[in-house]
Amino acid sequence: MVRFEKVKMTYDSSGTLALDGVDLNVDEGEFVFLVGPSGSGKTSLMKLITGEVRADSGKVIVNDFDMMKIRRRKLPKMRRTLGVVFQDYRLIENMNVYDNVAFAMRVVGAPAREIRKRVPYVLELVGLEGREKRLPSELSGGEQQRVAIARALVNNPRMIVADEPTGNLDPVRSLELMLLFEKINEMGTTVLVVTHEKELVNALAKRVITIDEGHVISDGMDGYYSYEIQ
Amino acid sequence: MIREGFRSIRTHSLMSFATVTIIMACLIIMGSVALLSVNINVLIRDMEDQNEVVAFVEDEIEDEEQAKAIGNDILALDNVSSVDFISRAQAMENYMSKYDKSLMEGIDETVFRHRFVIHLTDITDMAKTDDAIRGVPGILKVRDHLEYANTFIKIRNIVSVVALVLMVILVLVSMFIMSNTIKLATFSRREEIAIMKMVGASNGFIRLPFVVEGLVLGLLGGGLGFLAQWGLYNLVTGSLVESLTGSIITVVSFRSLALPILIVYLGIGVVIGVFGGINAIRNYLKV
Repeated sequence: MVRFEKVKMTYDSSGTLALDGVDLNVDEGEFVFLVGPSGSGKTSLMKLITGEVRADSGKVIVNDFDMMKIRRRKLPKMRRTLGVVFQDYRLIENMNVYDNVAFAMRVVGAPAREIRKRVPYVLELVGLEGREKRLPSELSGGEQQRVAIARALVNNPRMIVADEPTGNLDPVRSLELMLLFEKINEMGTTVLVVTHEKELVNALAKRVITIDEGHVISDGMDGYYSYEIQ
Repeated sequence: MIREGFRSIRTHSLMSFATVTIIMACLIIMGSVALLSVNINVLIRDMEDQNEVVAFVEDEIEDEEQAKAIGNDILALDNVSSVDFISRAQAMENYMSKYDKSLMEGIDETVFRHRFVIHLTDITDMAKTDDAIRGVPGILKVRDHLEYANTFIKIRNIVSVVALVLMVILVLVSMFIMSNTIKLATFSRREEIAIMKMVGASNGFIRLPFVVEGLVLGLLGGGLGFLAQWGLYNLVTGSLVESLTGSIITVVSFRSLALPILIVYLGIGVVIGVFGGINAIRNYLKV
């Protein structure tokens, strides 16, 4: 769950206004697309959610954590309620598929028995059974992104946040991936996907929030990507 | 995670070697000074225990009996518990028994003076008693070990100050080098660290392999420094004892100090290592 109230944020270095009074509400169990052109403030919004940056003013609540007041020491606890997926997958190159996913459980101190049970289950869920021993470099882009999704899912987060997850994939793989997100959402996890891809957004017919120049310019349930890329 | 620390030491072997070496150097300098101080302290204490004063008779008084008579005047002074007369011939004999006889060829007993070895009741009044002995007619000069002791104390104080300054600098330098070595490791693993942060690993957990790396390098530096110090000490004291047999200098054996030295060395190694490790990764943990 995400709640933004009158959120303002400037970049430290240049003083440019990245977000200018954003109000936003994503409830538990929703599937939401966040769209907008480059430089519209999407990335800033994502970073506010993951706690990488702090807003100047307003209110930011993520999975019941008040991100304006959260102490640095508490950030790890908050991040365990999130699963993050990036455009460039960010897998560890010298670890195989199984270890890349198990790594996320190990670093939060999960018991070995639980890791052995949970990792194969999640790999099957994302359709990677039989690929456990492969290295990331031996997989296709779509498969690598599935590993990243498995890693995001493995600690059973309340919400998945994906930043341009299909940016490096062809349309067919992209649609497969979106359907995977839909499946995850149907299992009860909130999903927030940042994307550029009009066809995908329109095909899935979910809630779409459009952001431009630091403002929310539309928020609709009709699944229509209202922003035209010039 | 702990294995990561060891792997990183191997990958950056040159920097690891530099780190261990600098810690060793730091410890050896510190240790040498400390050992010198210990030895000087022991010497000073020995001299105080001896509470012995030597008074030389003037050269003009050549007759042994005449010289011996002065002893009664000395014995009459306050704070003197015993007076032993040593003639020129005896002094030369004592001297020759200590040193190589070939050196003494062509030298006769007249180069030595008649002398008295005087023991005091209370060592704290040594300076006052010395003056009184010097006042006895026929006594040329008085030598006590306090003069040596004072010189030694001065040397020790100077050495300690210089060593302290050197040590502070070296500890800082070793921490800096340690930090840099580990920064190489954090740089090559920054992706991994970013992922760990994203999935909610605690800072302590992320720090662990780097602290392990620092710890291992620190312990290695401490341990090797200890061994090198042992060898160096035995080498120096060995040749010292050989050249100064029977003199007033006695050395403390390394073995009797080995355990505290080892503990201190490993302790300092651990402190430098752990702080170097924590410092190196601090920047990566801010996100």
